[in-house]
Parts: sequence; structure tokens; C-alpha cells
Amino acid sequence: MSALTQLTIAEARAGLRGRQFSARELAEAHIAAVAAARPLNAFLAETPERALAMADAADQRLQRGEARAMEGIPLAIKDLFCTEGVLTTAGSRILDGFKPPYESTVTAKLWAAGAVMLGKANMDEFAMGSSNVTCAHGAVENPWRRRGDNRPLVPGGSSGGSAAAVAARAAIAATGTDTGGSIRQPASFCGIVGMKPTYGRCSRWGIVAFASSLDQAGPMTRSVRDAAIMLGAMAGHDPKDSTSAPVPVPDFEAALTGDIRGLKIGVPHEYRLDGMPAEIEALWQRGIDWVKAAGAEPVEISLPMTKYALPAYYIIAPAEASSNLARYDGVRFGLRVPGGSLDEMYENTRAAGFGAEVRRRVLIGTYVLSAGYYDAYYLKAQQVRTLVARDFGAAFQRCDVLLTPTAPSAAFAIGEKQDDPIAMYLNDVFTVPVNLAGLPGISVPAGLAADGLPLGLQVIGRAFDEATVLRVAEIIETAAGFTAKPAFLAGGG
Amino acid sequence: MAVIRGSSGDWEVVIGLEVHAQVISKAKLFSGAATDFGAEPNTQVSPIDAAFPGMLPVINRYCVEQAVKTGLGINAEINLVSVFDRKNYFYADLPAGYQISQYTRPIVGKGKIRLDLADGSTRDIGITRLHLEQDAGKSLHDQHATLTYVDLNRAGVALMEIVSEPDLRSAEEAGAYLRKLRSILRYLGTCDGNMEEGSLRCDCNVSVRRPGAPLGTRCEIKNVNSIRYVMQAIEHEARRQVELLEEGGAVEQETRLFDAGKGITRPMRSKEHAHDYRYFPDPDLLPLRLDANWVEALKRSLPELPDAKKARFIEQYRLSPDDAGVLVAEQASADYFEAVARGRDAKLAANWVMVELYGALNRLGLGIEGSPVSAAGLGELVDLVIDGTVSGRLAKEVFAAMIETGKGAAFLVEERGLKQVTDSGAIESAIAAVLAAQGDKVAEYRAGKEKLFGFFVGQVMKATQGKANPALLNELLRKKLAG
Repeated sequence: MSALTQLTIAEARAGLRGRQFSARELAEAHIAAVAAARPLNAFLAETPERALAMADAADQRLQRGEARAMEGIPLAIKDLFCTEGVLTTAGSRILDGFKPPYESTVTAKLWAAGAVMLGKANMDEFAMGSSNVTCAHGAVENPWRRRGDNRPLVPGGSSGGSAAAVAARAAIAATGTDTGGSIRQPASFCGIVGMKPTYGRCSRWGIVAFASSLDQAGPMTRSVRDAAIMLGAMAGHDPKDSTSAPVPVPDFEAALTGDIRGLKIGVPHEYRLDGMPAEIEALWQRGIDWVKAAGAEPVEISLPMTKYALPAYYIIAPAEASSNLARYDGVRFGLRVPGGSLDEMYENTRAAGFGAEVRRRVLIGTYVLSAGYYDAYYLKAQQVRTLVARDFGAAFQRCDVLLTPTAPSAAFAIGEKQDDPIAMYLNDVFTVPVNLAGLPGISVPAGLAADGLPLGLQVIGRAFDEATVLRVAEIIETAAGFTAKPAFLAGGG
Repeated sequence: MAVIRGSSGDWEVVIGLEVHAQVISKAKLFSGAATDFGAEPNTQVSPIDAAFPGMLPVINRYCVEQAVKTGLGINAEINLVSVFDRKNYFYADLPAGYQISQYTRPIVGKGKIRLDLADGSTRDIGITRLHLEQDAGKSLHDQHATLTYVDLNRAGVALMEIVSEPDLRSAEEAGAYLRKLRSILRYLGTCDGNMEEGSLRCDCNVSVRRPGAPLGTRCEIKNVNSIRYVMQAIEHEARRQVELLEEGGAVEQETRLFDAGKGITRPMRSKEHAHDYRYFPDPDLLPLRLDANWVEALKRSLPELPDAKKARFIEQYRLSPDDAGVLVAEQASADYFEAVARGRDAKLAANWVMVELYGALNRLGLGIEGSPVSAAGLGELVDLVIDGTVSGRLAKEVFAAMIETGKGAAFLVEERGLKQVTDSGAIESAIAAVLAAQGDKVAEYRAGKEKLFGFFVGQVMKATQGKANPALLNELLRKKLAG
């Protein structure tokens, strides 16, 4: 096992430019780690040949002194990103065998920045889940274990394969997507950094849609600096996505000044949930103390609509999903199960192709958009969404960022919460409001629970103010000094 | 207002039309793929049109411009903010499982279209709205014994749905409405109005009621593809409803199809597909916001439209409303007429265009664009008539030769020796010869049988192969006969 798999993006960048090792060596170490990580089921497709070819090209650039931001950095790509000529299934049987004839904008930008593709990361089917148990091709295992307990745990979801791969040192970093917490919650469960940028910061073009008004791509890394570097390579206006924002991309890494003196850090009291584990409460308080020690000023703020955010999300997201997933009909690509009529073919194909969670959400979404229910559900949920966004707007009159826990618990065992969808949905209680408001949020590993599992803290910022979010996150990262490693390390310890 | 006389009294027909007009644009509404008609199946399809995973729509600015121009052309309000919605339903030629359309906030609001009625009067028909939407693909059921083929060339092409108020009261009015709408669309260059190719399709909402009573229950006749069929479908449907009601039955609100072969409407079969379209705003598209100045600039750039042109023709050329109406129906005809009329007798020009030219084009099955005689060519002929080089009668012969050969008027007159004889000596000698040969008729005339004058004119014309200047001939003949 190689020390090369322990590096952050920033460290690998220095090593590559300093000729301490080549991009090919870095890729080979990670290709081996990806293979070693197979017990985690974190990858749906491995692309070692492509990785080596990309690494060789990176080496040539490095030799010519033309290295770009992500030159030679091996990445795992969530299977929701369409990758040209490479199997892309969104973790669903309905896309069996689908190899897109195009490359998503975000991955294309990463390759254009010199990054190297290791493979496609497993995920909850169509990004619907918080556990990676709803994957069509088997659950992903979290590389972490509870102390003294060898039961496999979930990595969180839906970007669970990405999080597990990065935590287990099978990839230096990974792409994720976050619709209601799908980057931040698995980052918290796996002890890594995960950032959901502002809605519109990264193009959605070529990312299989779950809920279009909420989906956003972001980096999953082992440091805040890495998140800043990688986000810089992913972000930017894309004329092919009408919802992508025509705003300039700042130098996020330059924003990591280590100076947060005078910043006001909002602490929303509605996030103090009844029954939340005391250790999460305590971790949160430590986070408040850290930013205070760094010269920022904690302020108690209120987000009164918080309790309505989750129900509104579970109307809006399924409504959009029910429509977005209508194209998986067996007619043009992916799975087709024949039937005696067109309708029968639809029914057979979709029954065989979609798993239970996807079917549940398609049904919920269809129901809430139906004549007679639209006003009571969808329209009401959209009104709630506006009010949630207004809450944040008011809060940001009084503070610069918000600090909250990322999730109300640490990782749970595979099989737990399986029969209670509501309990499962509660995983997203701290992350969902951020998506509804379209704001940037990051999860930073901040400590361990009593049973040895990582816990994350979330920093939420103003729209398009990722820079401040990253700066505060780095302060927390430094103060937390999180160095714990998971039980399973594919890239060696 | 047309009335249907039933056995129990009079009935009034109430009609509203929904027209789907394909926007003239090189690219589709959201994908940038080409829109050429008649291309090989599935050759004008981008991954966006085929609804591949992760593909996103981007609005085609030109299609928006076309819709706004159309809105301005039908005197409608332009909504500076409009919203695209998804209309959800499953069908094999609808790749995404939804059509992107506009539901609650269309790009164009209320407007009106002025109808020119047969009696020369006009009537304004209200437009409820115009919205932009995508077309679906085409299912081909005749390519295989058990399978349906799908052609997505049309999928994603921009359509304008133009909805009228239920202001129409007869099949004739519906026909006049469609002709007028098509004329405006063609003037604007926003839709070619070609119903055979499907670039203009019509859904007809028809109900009947006692005059002045509240609206009756309507039936919708889907996808009628010619103006004649629209009129037939409405006639039939109105009579069907009247008969039903007079027999004590009730009209059921339903969707019907027009069977052009039998000239009847019948209910659509698949009633189980009573769709709930689950409209909701398309989250892939932001609300469409238009700049008021941009709309103003478009307004200023509009061409002169049929109503304004008709008024001008009546005023400027002293044409009758009927003639002006005929000439302005198509921009090309109006332009043609104006080119002929410029600097000439406008009524004479109008006559030549509407009688001789239209007659010839009709016989040849050509449009004005395909006319073998250009406006300049016809103008040249009219000039020859006006300056007396050729008689009105022989000019028709010249025109027929122009149509046939494509040669110029002056050339043909010369080549065929059709020049009018204005030399009094030549005419006098022809008269002398005729009178000499018809001695007894001359005697009868001189004895008082004056209606023989026409006979002599005919004989002299015949002798000059029709080339004698008629006025000169009359004058000289009268003198000679007077002795």
C-alpha cells in the first residue's frame, strides 16, 4: 500500500509539480486502492485504462510546466454524472448498459483541469436515499466501524459511494450531488469534507436529474482546501443549463485566509431538536467555541419555518422526480421489458427497472401534482419554500454564516431505519432547508461520537458566498484537528 | 350570423378555435436541432429532443421573437414575464414524458383578429392567448406488423398555440378566421401556414344554443388539417348536436375526430386516457422575462399587415373593399399589385392582376411567387394598353403568350404583329373595301337600319385582324357611312 493514497489534492499537487512522483504513479496507487476497496461496493464501474491514459497526458503537461488546477488528481465520479462512453446508470437497473454519447459539463471541466477518472461511484438509486441501501447493485459499506462492533454501517447517501471511496483512500476526492443533503450527510457519516455550492454555481447539464430545482453538484474531499480547489474546477456558468448562474467564479483557495475575526456566526435555535444525541449538541457547542476563539461572534438567530422544510421538500422533490423520471420508459435507451401494448411495456419496464424507494417517490410526486391535490400539496410546499428562503434572508441580515450540525446522528447500521421511511427522511432535517433556499453549505468532520464514528458540522452561507463558507469551515477543520481514520483503508494506513 | 333551423326552432352555433402554428425557425424551441421538413426519420434529433438523461432545455431566442411578433400582429398584450410548464403524459413519441408548454402564464395575452365578411362588413374575433410549446414526435404505425416506429424529427419543434374566444358563429366565419390568421402569420413570416405539411393545425370547440341562451356543452374536434375540413367538421358537428338535443338528448363533453372521408365527426376511441396532465412549472427553465424596449423595437419593425394595407389600398388606389381584400390576402400578391400599379392606372392594374393573372395562375396551379410573368412584365403590357400600342382585346392575347413563352409584351406585340393600327389611311382603305363588298347592307343602313353599324365594325376589325384602333375605326366608319 502506498503513501500516495494518503495525500490531499493540495499535497498531491505539490508532489506532482515537485516531481516527487508522477501522475502515473499516483494513478496506479489509486487504481490498486479502488480494487482493494471492492468489499465496500463503492464503485459501479472502474476505469483503470482511462485513468492511466489521463495520467500519462497529465505527466506530459507537468513536464512542460503546463499543469492545470487538478492536473493528475485521481477522482471517483458519482454515477449520476454522464460520462461519455462510460457506463452511467444513476444506480438504477432502468439504465442498464447505458453509455452516454456526451460528457456532463462538470466532469468535462474537471478533465479540462487535468483530473483523472478512476471510475463511477455507487449511489442511492437516482440519488433518492440517505443510506446507499437503495442502490440497485447492492448497498455501499461505510469504511468506518463502531468501536467494538463489526456490523457494517451505511455511508449515508445518496453520494455514499463517493464518500466511502474518499474516506477509504480509494480516491483523493470525488464528485457528489446534493438535492437534500446527499453530499453533506455522507461526508459527515464518513468523516470527510463535502460541499454543496449555491444552486446555479455548477452546471447540471449531463447530470441525471432527480429534482431539478434542488440538485447541485459539489466536491467531496479530505480537506477544506481540497474542496476549494476542486470547486473552482467544477464551477462556472454554462449556457447549456438555463438555471446556471452567470456569475464569475472567485479564487476559492485564496479565500482561505485563516482570518474570521469580526464575522458573525448565526446559531439557529430551531436546530436544537428534541431527542438529538447530547454528543451532537456538545459538538455543536465546541464548534461555536472554536469560531469564537478565532475572533468571530456567535449570534443566536431564528429560522422559524424550519419544521416545515422537510415536509415541503418531500413534496417538491418527488413532484419534480416523478416528471424527470418519466423519460425512463423503455423506448429509447436503457432497460426495456416488452409487453402486449405500449402501456404494458411501460408498466413492465418501470416495475422491473425502478427499485422500491424510487417507485415510492414517483407515486408521491404523481399524487401531489394531481388535479385536486396540486393546490393543497405542491403549491403549498412552494409557498413554504419561499418562506424558508425568507428565513435565511432575514438571518443573513444579522450574521455572515450559520453553524449547525450536519445530521442528527452518526452513521447507522445497514438495515436500521429501513422499514421506517420517515425516520430515514429525518436524516436530512438540517440539510434540506439549505437546498430549498438554494444556499451553499459544507460539512466538515469535527469530532467523533462516543462509539468512534465521525460527526460533521455544517456551515451555511449566503448565495454565491462559498468563499466565506470555506474560510469558516477551514477554521473549524483546523480547530477540530480531525485525524481519525476509518477501520477499512483501501489505500493502506 | 348563421342560424341552424331545427324542428323546434332556431339554434346558434358557438365556435372557438385552437390553432397550432409551427414557428418558422431553423432550430427547435429548446435544443438547437434543425427543423427541416421531410428529412429522413430521426436525423434532426439532438439528445435533448430524445430526452436523454441529464439533458436540459435552453430557450431559442428567435422562437420567442417570432411569438412576440405574432402577438403584436394580432393586436395582443405581450406578457413581459411568462412561465414554461410541463404537461405530463406518457406516449411513445413524447420522449421526456412531458411536453414543455405554457399553462397559467402564456407569453401573449388577449388580442383580436378582424374578419372580413362576405357582405363586405368586418367583425372582431377575440384572441384569448398565444403560448409557446414543443411539438411531439410522430408515431408510425404502418411500418411493421406489430411494432410502432417513432420519428423524433418533429419532437421539440416550436409551436404557437393560438386560442380564440368562442366568438365565431358559423363555419364560414371559422374559415374566414383561419384565412385571416394564416394571412397575418405569413405577412409576419412567423409561420408558413402550410396545412398539408402540418405547420398549421386546428382544434375546433363547437357547441350550440338557443340564440341568446347561455353557452351549451362543447365538443372538441382535434387536429383538423385544412380550412375546408374545419368548415365541414363544424357544419357536421353543429348539426349532430342540434339533432341530439332536439331528440331530447344531451351533448356530452368529449374529444372527437373528423373523418374527412365520410365528412363526419366521431368520438375518440381511447376514453381510458382521460389525462390528468399534472402541469407544474418546468424547474429546468427560469421564467421568461422580456425587455419592454425590445418588444417596442419589434413592434416598430413589423411589416404593414393586411388590415392596414387594405385600408391604404382603398384610400390610395380607390379600390373597392372587396378588391382590396383580395389583393392583400397574400403579401406577395399585394406587392405584385403595387409594382404593377406604381405610376399607372391602379384600377386597370388591379383588374389585370385579379382577372387575367389570377385566372392564369389558377389554371396553372401556381402561386404568385411562381408566376411566369413578373410584375414589371405585366406593367409593360399595361403601358402598351394605356398608350394605345395594343388594344385591350389583343392585350389579353399578348398576356396569354407571355404566360406561355415567358417573353416580354413589347417583343410579342412586335413578333406577332399585334400592334394596333392607328394609321387612318390604312383603316380607311379597309373600310372602303368592306363597304364596297357589302353594298346592300350599306343601303339598308342608310335607309335607317342603324344597328348594322356594329356589323360593319366587326367586318373591318376582321379585315385588320383586330388591330384597328376601335375609337378611330368608329369615327372613320361613321363618316364614311354618312356618305
